[in-house]
Amino acid sequence: MDKVMRLASEKDVVVFSKSSCCLCYAITILFQELGVTSTVHEIDQDPEGREMEKTLVRLGCNAPVPAIFVGGRLVGSTNEVMSLHLSGGLIPMLKPYQTWC
Amino acid sequence: MPFSNLPLLVYIYQIWEEEGIEAIETWNVGEQQELEGDEESKLSIALDINSTCAKVAFVIISKSMNSPTPQFVPSRLSIYEPIHQIGIWGENFKRNGNPNTSTSLIVEVDNKLENESETTSHEMLAPTNNYEQEASKPIDKIQRRLAQNREAARKSRLRKKAYVQQLENSRLKLIQLEQELQRVTQQGLYMGGVLEGSHIGFSGTVNSGIAAFEMEYGRWVDVQHRQICELRTALNAHISDIELRILVKSGMGHYFELFRMKSTVAKADVFYVISGVWKTSAERFFSWIGGFRPSELLKVLVPQLDPLTEQQILEVCNLKQSCQQAEDALSQGMEKLQETVSSTVAGGPVAEDSYIPQVATAMEKLEALVSFVNQADHLRQETLQQMSRILTTRQAARGLLALGEYFHRLRALSTLWATRPPEPSLP
Repeated sequence: MDKVMRLASEKDVVVFSKSSCCLCYAITILFQELGVTSTVHEIDQDPEGREMEKTLVRLGCNAPVPAIFVGGRLVGSTNEVMSLHLSGGLIPMLKPYQTWC
Repeated sequence: MPFSNLPLLVYIYQIWEEEGIEAIETWNVGEQQELEGDEESKLSIALDINSTCAKVAFVIISKSMNSPTPQFVPSRLSIYEPIHQIGIWGENFKRNGNPNTSTSLIVEVDNKLENESETTSHEMLAPTNNYEQEASKPIDKIQRRLAQNREAARKSRLRKKAYVQQLENSRLKLIQLEQELQRVTQQGLYMGGVLEGSHIGFSGTVNSGIAAFEMEYGRWVDVQHRQICELRTALNAHISDIELRILVKSGMGHYFELFRMKSTVAKADVFYVISGVWKTSAERFFSWIGGFRPSELLKVLVPQLDPLTEQQILEVCNLKQSCQQAEDALSQGMEKLQETVSSTVAGGPVAEDSYIPQVATAMEKLEALVSFVNQADHLRQETLQQMSRILTTRQAARGLLALGEYFHRLRALSTLWATRPPEPSLP
């Protein structure tokens, strides 16, 4: 629990992923498109990866990855992010963290 | 047919070319001539046809009294239901003795032209003899029966159309199955599996999942067609918003049902869903991750929804943009998946004859395809839901009608394409 929450609050937008996960990649592309740089943690590369996976599932994610945290708070998985975006709620949420070069 | 006591009837049916379904009666009689009752008389009636009417279906000319044989002059789109009506009218008039008088009975009915604000006058010529008292009663009955027959005719045509559509779908499915069979026998192996021993059993399960989906999908298309017709009728009939809401909800629910079906069959064989082989060829042309593009959906819908309020225009605009962004993200994810699978399959020493590890690894990666299909359907579902939130009930109904009609036309295009005459072979 700790490591996940710690990592999640360290940076503005955090995506927990796995190195082979292309859906996670798609999410980072979306954030990029919206002007947000997301920090990606690949839990399959992490020694505590198993625990982190369990934590993410316990937190309510259907699939452990991708798991998206914004401002230290869990937004959800791909479904939640997509629904939020289409309903117009994602951009306001990301506004404080947008970094347009 | 017992027309011996029938008065002269001039009866014109006009069928709208476009719909081919709705029958609208209108008859304007410019001039009419009285019949000589006790002899065969030739009839010529000049008809002043309303300029907005498309076609004259047929004219029934009936000789009066002594000659029992009517003359029918059918033209192109003949509808024979009115024959029943004439039979009924004949009975009505038979009752009232007097075989030597002819009665001209010409009725004008208001027509239901959308683009006409004026209505033709409702005129009834009272007969000039002892039919007068009886005239009003049978006229009402006749009009009622006319309306009933119109309704029956319309329903019959709708049923026929639905049946023909079903036949077309089945025929197309048959063509697809034949093509599939050809493809499979040529390639020799459908699953392309390394584990030859078990693939037969596995593909048996796969095929039953696919077979189940194909049947369900065939039904889904039929229900879809029925819903479109209901929507169209409801919108033209100006029913209340509450009733319209029910139709909208069931229309939306129908799409959600499709996404559920696809999710199930994707678990059995995701390639089947992505290939789009379950759809018609024209639909397949527009396929994106196993279905239609949400942004494409919006492009089809929005022009049909005018007028939109400023607020609505803004929200639709935002929806279009977020849709496009989400689609792009998923598309790039798919590309990444392709690269991953490709490099996995191609990896490892080629000199050696053992490829099992690479292919097995690639199999794992392909599992992700199921997630992509699910995400794409989720996007489609969300787009539909957002649109239904932004629009009024009536607009949503029009939108669903437009969408359903669009896919219906794509299917028709596919059928037409499949049945186009073959190119002449070169000498």
